[in-house]
Amino acid sequence: MLPDDLKHELEQRVSDAVTNREAAVDVMKELQRHYGWLTDEAVEEAAELLGLSPLQVEELATFYEMIYRRPVGKKVVHLCDSISCWAMGGETMLAYMASYLKIKVGETTGDGRFTLLPCSCLGNCGDGPAMMIADELFGPVTPENVKKLLEGQI
Amino acid sequence: MDTVLFRNNMAGRTITFGEYKDDGGFEALAKGLADMSPDNVQQAVIDSGMRGRGGAGFPTGKKWSFVPRNLPGPRYLICNCDEMEPGTYKDRVLLEQNPYLLVEGMALAGYALGVNHAFVFIRYGYELAAVNLKQAIAEARRNGLLGDNILGSGFSFELDVHQSAGRYICGEETALMNALEGKRANPRAKPPFPAIKGLWGQPTVVNNVETLANIPSIIAKGPQWWKELAATPEAAGTKLFCVSGHVQKPHCFELPLGTTLGAIIDGPCGGMRQGSEFKACIPGGASTPYFTREHWDVPMDFDPVAKAGSRLGTGGIIVFDQNTCMVAATLNMIRFFARESCGWCTPCREGLPFVRRTLERLEEGTGSMADLDILRQHVQHLNFAFCALAPGAMGPVDGLLRHFEDELLEHISNKGCPFA
Repeated sequence: MLPDDLKHELEQRVSDAVTNREAAVDVMKELQRHYGWLTDEAVEEAAELLGLSPLQVEELATFYEMIYRRPVGKKVVHLCDSISCWAMGGETMLAYMASYLKIKVGETTGDGRFTLLPCSCLGNCGDGPAMMIADELFGPVTPENVKKLLEGQI
Repeated sequence: MDTVLFRNNMAGRTITFGEYKDDGGFEALAKGLADMSPDNVQQAVIDSGMRGRGGAGFPTGKKWSFVPRNLPGPRYLICNCDEMEPGTYKDRVLLEQNPYLLVEGMALAGYALGVNHAFVFIRYGYELAAVNLKQAIAEARRNGLLGDNILGSGFSFELDVHQSAGRYICGEETALMNALEGKRANPRAKPPFPAIKGLWGQPTVVNNVETLANIPSIIAKGPQWWKELAATPEAAGTKLFCVSGHVQKPHCFELPLGTTLGAIIDGPCGGMRQGSEFKACIPGGASTPYFTREHWDVPMDFDPVAKAGSRLGTGGIIVFDQNTCMVAATLNMIRFFARESCGWCTPCREGLPFVRRTLERLEEGTGSMADLDILRQHVQHLNFAFCALAPGAMGPVDGLLRHFEDELLEHISNKGCPFA
């Protein structure tokens, strides 16, 4: 169930939009922020707020890389796997991160703190290998500094 | 050397509204609204020779001139900041340094085009840029530089920010319009072109961040002054080059358009990093064919780069040293494009994974000469895709075949990657 204040905020966002569905990405993002991921319940709630069918929301949700339709940890650690970061050792870094977090790429740590996902170019190419945790960009990521970067995340 | 976009850069922080104003900020908007007609502003942009900085290099003023003046209903302006082309980060750096240039540039573009409502479409991950921009918009509005009846001119202009959730295809202008409307971001058929039928079916212009951020200087100092900032008589203006890979100082630089590749790498980039020799580079983001040592003296401008067999694209230069396997590098880029294909048309949806598997065979050492023919054919075939994603994706493959055939043959005869 959505808290009333969030529901009103989203209703306001939808009514400010040129058309209802213009607000679709914002609504999905806010619901994801609330639930941690875009749950089935959230898809239904988004559909109702936007005047769409749940299937129409699903079609959008699965299209975007940063909308999660499966449970994720408290913080999602995205490591760029595109060309500039690849040239700077991104593949090695991703393998290192997995072993450091003791999970496979795509998994969540046992304590639920981190999910490790490779992602498309983060636009931080001059500082590769680049990483994004909760909308914040980091780079270059090295085995030496990654521990501190992760510890700083609560 | 005169710079336009990075002139006011403050070390490690964003310029403030006051600092921007003190240095002549928003004077171009005042001048445009008070002394120039919308047609005058458009003519100045045409005269400047500005070509779009988003990748395609289409003349900006000409694009504006396609918008019919007599259709009923609103027109829209969209700034494309869906900067997802691998190797490209210039628009992020620009907005982190100075979001006001874009706000002022968009207001001027809106005035020229008769647009009262514009959007900035910004990718995920650019949080600081988006925060800056929203703050700049709020400050401009507070100071009467956005909103109703700007500076008493009668011209009204609203600017909204749309933050996306991550998909490369959203940078394609018609897909972007679908995304902005809250639809699945498949590209649309052209014609009708956006200038006639774009956002919500209304005339729409889509311009890149860097393109729009240059407009205030063109208006303030004149098209001729701006044009002559370039390194060659044929080029116009400055360009943001964002460099990544094996150079000493990978960074984003504002340089005269037409500066040679070698001068960029040996100059502001400080040359190659220790122990590295230049082998190749991607000159303009991941969808452009490789340049090699033979292209060292090519002026980095639209036509000279095209003449040399590649594209200036976004100005995202990705540099590779002698230890880089070009087959593996190409495979990395094809994996990106195959994953980011929206799946709408068959050549792209089926063709890119097919090319990816072919490159995987070659890289793993199970490839054959027939695979080279498959790659060659697909460089041609994927031109029949619905939008520019698939032909762009084949850029590095095309470059691989033309410049690194020996490396491909070595993978076949070696039955494996010689760099492994």
